[in-house]
Formats: sequence, C-alpha cells, structure tokens
Amino acid sequence: MSEPILEVDRLTVRVEDKEILHGIDLAVRAGETHVLMGPNGAGKSTLGYVLMGNPKYQVESGTIWFQGKDVTQEPTDKRAREGMFLSFQEPLEVPGLSLEGFLKNAVRQKNGGKLRVFEFRKELRRDMETLQLDDSYGERSLNVGFSGGEKKKSEILQLMMLKPALAILDETDSGLDVDAVRLVSEGVKEYQRTQEGALLIITHSTRILEALHVDYTHVMVDGRIVATGDGSLVDQINENGYESFLEMTSRGQEV
Amino acid sequence: MAEKEKTYVEDVDRSLYDFRNEDKDNYRLQAGLDPAIVEKISEEKKDPEWMRQFRMESLEIYNRMGVPDWGPSIDGLDMDHIVTYVRPNTRMSAKWSEVPEEIKDTFEKLGIPQAERESLAGVGAQYDSELVYHNVREEVAAQGVIYTDLESAIRGEHGDRYAQMIRDHFMHLVTPRDHKFAALHGAVWSGGSFVYVPPGVSVEIPLQSYFRLNAPGAGQFEHTLILVDEGASLHFIEGCSAPKYNVANLHAGCVELFVGKNAKLRYSTIENWSKNMYNLNTKRATVAEGGTMEWVSGSFGSHVSYLYPMTILRGENSHMEFTGITFAGRGQNLDTGAKVVHAGKNTTSYINTKSISKDGGISTFRSSVVIGEQAKHSKAAVSCQSLMLDEVSRSDTIPAMDIRTPYADVGHEAKIGRISDDAVFYLMSRGISEEDARAMIVSGFADNVSKELPLEYAVEMNNLIQLEMKGSIG
Repeated sequence: MSEPILEVDRLTVRVEDKEILHGIDLAVRAGETHVLMGPNGAGKSTLGYVLMGNPKYQVESGTIWFQGKDVTQEPTDKRAREGMFLSFQEPLEVPGLSLEGFLKNAVRQKNGGKLRVFEFRKELRRDMETLQLDDSYGERSLNVGFSGGEKKKSEILQLMMLKPALAILDETDSGLDVDAVRLVSEGVKEYQRTQEGALLIITHSTRILEALHVDYTHVMVDGRIVATGDGSLVDQINENGYESFLEMTSRGQEV
Repeated sequence: MAEKEKTYVEDVDRSLYDFRNEDKDNYRLQAGLDPAIVEKISEEKKDPEWMRQFRMESLEIYNRMGVPDWGPSIDGLDMDHIVTYVRPNTRMSAKWSEVPEEIKDTFEKLGIPQAERESLAGVGAQYDSELVYHNVREEVAAQGVIYTDLESAIRGEHGDRYAQMIRDHFMHLVTPRDHKFAALHGAVWSGGSFVYVPPGVSVEIPLQSYFRLNAPGAGQFEHTLILVDEGASLHFIEGCSAPKYNVANLHAGCVELFVGKNAKLRYSTIENWSKNMYNLNTKRATVAEGGTMEWVSGSFGSHVSYLYPMTILRGENSHMEFTGITFAGRGQNLDTGAKVVHAGKNTTSYINTKSISKDGGISTFRSSVVIGEQAKHSKAAVSCQSLMLDEVSRSDTIPAMDIRTPYADVGHEAKIGRISDDAVFYLMSRGISEEDARAMIVSGFADNVSKELPLEYAVEMNNLIQLEMKGSIG
C-alpha cells in the first residue's frame, strides 16, 4: 500500500480550556474516499478545522502528517499551498473581493507565483459550467449575497481550480436541494477522477454519498472515532442511526 | 499553537514616494509670515493691484483669527518656521523636454507624463510653489476649454474675459474669513490651476493636476478654480504627494468649483502626503439648477488632516455624490468627511465614506447635512463604515444634521467593524498568506472607492493599501 497522504496520530485538541478531540487516529491514501459521520457536536467539523490549522484550536498532543511531513505547527496558508483544502460548512463572505480575482490569486500562490491567465479563464468557465454557476458570479464579491447552494458551489469551484492532494469537505451537502447536491457531487467526482485526489467527507447525512464511491467510513462520537468500516457502514447508519455507537462510547469499546 | 504576538511597525516603506531631491530652489522666502513676505510673493507673481490688496487683507484676517480648537491638534505646526514660497529653479513650460531633469525625474517616477500620454486631456504639474509644466491637448483647447496656471490667467495672458472671470470668483466660495488657514491661503497662495469649460462642451477625457512638495519645512498653497458652464461636463483629477522630512510641512490648498446649470463635474483626488504633513485643505463646490457634482476622495498620508469638501446645492434639482476613503496609520490623525447644504428644491445628496485605522491611527469622520427651509422635497443619505485593524486604533463618527423643512427625506447609517479572524482563516485555507489575506479584506472594503477612481489611481490606491498593510501583523 502507498504511503498515506494524511496520517493523524493520537491527536488531542483543546479549545480554550475544554478538550474536544481525544486521541484521533486516521490515515487517508491517494485516491481514497473517507467519510466521517457522527451526530451533531461529535467534533467532526473541529477535526476539519484542526487539520487545516485554524488557530482557534490548540493541539495538545499528537501529530498531523501530511504527505510525509509533520505539519502540526504549520500555518494554514502553508498547508493549503502544499495541497490541503477545506470546503467550509459556512463559507465566509468577503465584500469587494471578486470570486475570480480571489481564485486567480490563490492559484497563482499555489503555483509559486505563476499564472497562465488564458488557461485559468478557460478552466474557470468550464468548471463554472459543470456546477451551473453563471459567468457573472466570477465578478461578484466572494460569497456575498450567494444562496446556500451557491456558496457550496463556490467552495467546490475552488476545489476544482486549486486541485489539492487532499480535500476535506465539511457538510457540503447540508441545506442543499436535490439538484444542487447532484451538481456539487459532479464537481467532487470530477476532482476524484482527474486528480487521484484523497477525500475526507464530513457529513451527518448521506445524500452526497449516493453518487460517490466510499472506501472507508468512520463514526465519531464525543471526540473519538468509535467505529471504522467500509462503505456499507453508511447504509447501516442510514437504517439504524447512531444509537448503537452512542452505547459504544459509554462502554469505551471499539468495533 | 503558540499564542500570537502582535507587533507594531514603526513606519511603512513608502520609498516609492519618499525619494526627495536636494533642495536647490533658486529662490525661497524666509520662514514665517509678515506683510513684507506677502508683498514679496505678490511682486514675484506680478499680481494685479486687486490681488495684491486681496493678499494683504487676507493676511490681516489671518493675524486676527484663532486656530481651530475642535479638531486634531496642530500644535506641531509653527508658522514661524514654515516657508510660504519656494520657487523651483525653472519657469513653467508646455514642453516636457524643457522641464529640468531632476524635476522631470520626480514626475516620471510618479507616472505623470506617462498618464498624460495614455489617458488625459491635459496635465499640470506643480513642484513646490510653482507649476513647472502645463499642457492641454489641441482638440480640447479647440473646444474652447481653458486649462492653465492661475497666475497667467489673472494677469490677462489668456484674455481679459478670463481675468475678469477669476476676479469674480476667486475666493468668493471659500472666503478668507472662512477659517484661519483659508486666510493664510488668501495671503500666500501660489500655483494651482484655472479651468473653464464653455457651455455645452463635454471634455471626454480627464484633466489632471499633480502637486509635489519637495522642499523641507515649506508650505504648499495651490489654488484650483474650475468653472463648468451650462450643460458642460468635466472630470478633473488631482494627485498630491511629498517625501518625508523631520520638519513639519504644511499644505493649505483651496479648491473652488462652480458647476453651472445642467452641468456636471467630477473631482477625484488621492492625497498621499508624507507623514510630517499638516494637510489643512479647503474644497467647496456650488451647483446650479439641474447640475451634478461628484467627489471621489482618498486621504492616505499626512500627520494631521482637516478635510471636508463641501457642496452647496443652490439650484433646484441639483445633485451631489461624495465617495471617500481615509486610511490612518501610526502617528496619523485624519479628520475627514463631507458637508452639504441643500438650498434648492428637489435636491439630492449621497455621502458614502469608508475609513480604516491601524497601528494607533485615529480616523474621524465628520459629516454635516443642512437642508434649508426652502429646499423642499430634498433627499440626503449618509453612509459611513469604519474598519479598525487592531485594538489600539481609533475610529469616530460625528454626523451633524440640520433639517429645516418637514418635507425632506434624510437617512444616516454608520457601521464600525474589525477584520474577522474567520474570514482571514478562510482566505488562508486557500493558500493566501495572513498578510495578504488581511490586505485583500481591506482592499475589498475600499473597493467601492477604487471603482470610482481612474484606473491608474485605483492601482495607486491599492498599492498604498498593500504598502500600509505590509508588516502589519507579527
């Protein structure tokens, strides 16, 4: 088996005085799709933020290995330039900064300061078409006045343009209608197909997963991964919910 | 993750503007102010008698008036040490090749002749107290547009008509009695531009004046007088900069704008003085029936600024819009804003400003809206947004409204905010450095102003923001 792109080793995380992740272990290899499920408040989004390096969270102990390198103390922008991507559950709005201008800047940063404007444009138009985002959105301020679905499309557009080695999608399907979920899944599939990219999908529903092949499913409860299985675990959760896993944590057992 | 430490920057690298030339003026009056000095300036300028008298009267008013006591302190400004008149070692020319190398170099670095070649109908360049270059495109001159230095027009060199026009308007809108520095201006003014656009003439491309103050410890007192006649339109651009010295410099310019019936004037400025400058500038416009006045104003440099362009909507159905941005960094106290007086019926005004403060900078926004009893069915809206980049900076909003008719529609909104950590994290998660992320958010905040500026000024403004944001985090 190839070296993992992402390897999380006994990661313990605190926010202010409260420990919220208690010794997370996780390994994601190129081309794999992992799903992280669990009830609200389990710490799924926190893990996404910590992997991306949000300074609000303090790593107490443990290590984040990304492409063979310890990035636990690295700033967010460096992780991003090295190929990590986080699609936000609630993308921020930045007035006056155009989506296209911003993406241009980000792609340029990632390519060590170089950008082929013509190709960039072509690709941007093509990806926007895949997501059925009107051309005019390129000129609009980043996420300002975008509907919930448009914001998620804007996230997946950024994913497609930045071509990361690892994409973490945090609740990308929440609050979307059927059509939007389908389009967003198209974008994600496109990323999987062209980039051999690794995916960590954080979700508490399963809608986005219907169109995607899932290799591993992890269940998180109370800041711990309490179960890991293959794609069929998703179906099991669909049927029975998280009940059985909640009992597991109280007994402190692993599957 | 380690606790973040905040660092403060002494001063930003403004080397683009901070180059200074050796002060080789061939003529400079002694510092300070007395009747002999004012006489000397008048003589040097070959003023007509009325102007000589005007200067002397202004000096008397100046001596009688007190300094303003309601704004930022100007104690660091000692008039006994300010040189009021510095003539560069050259005479004005309409040929760029005749401007002395060193001065030419200065303006080349600031991109002035290049801008002229590309996108301007006419350019004036002032170095210290005198214009060193003035030129206007033939086709614009052929339309009857006058764009020249004020002095030669006063002396009648462009015809008696314009000499009389200046006499009828010069400091009628901003009189020497307005405030102490308007009086000072009346006494020692030098340089600046005179523009006249005849009825019905549309000047399609902008005219631009650029003011550069090179001499240390000096004052710049240029006067800009613009008349846009009935149905005519003009876009005028003004740029200002100066290198940094350790002594106080003073800028007390005056701008008077007369917008005729159904005429339109847009006046865009980027004031980018160095941080030893006291910028006590007065700008005022009067608008006749159906006319439109648009201001676009960016205030970046200077140690202390007092700047509140005022518009008098005299005629019915006249309109004004003010779009402004102020950026106050360390050691800066920038008191800026806008004033409007609605005198005519059905007049409308919209004041939209943004201010940014960082590293202990103080930015105060003052607005004054007056709607007179006779100005029925007028509408005024004021919107002011402030962004503070750290805990030690300050931002104040002081709106004043005096509404004398019940038949008016007046709105005001003010918002003060900070850069959100979440937004910075979001941009960084796409590979943008923290410094760039903050600069992008600030540039975005200023975007509605840059959009209003001519391209090269928008670029300059964005560069200034990048410059100011550099090293602002640790």
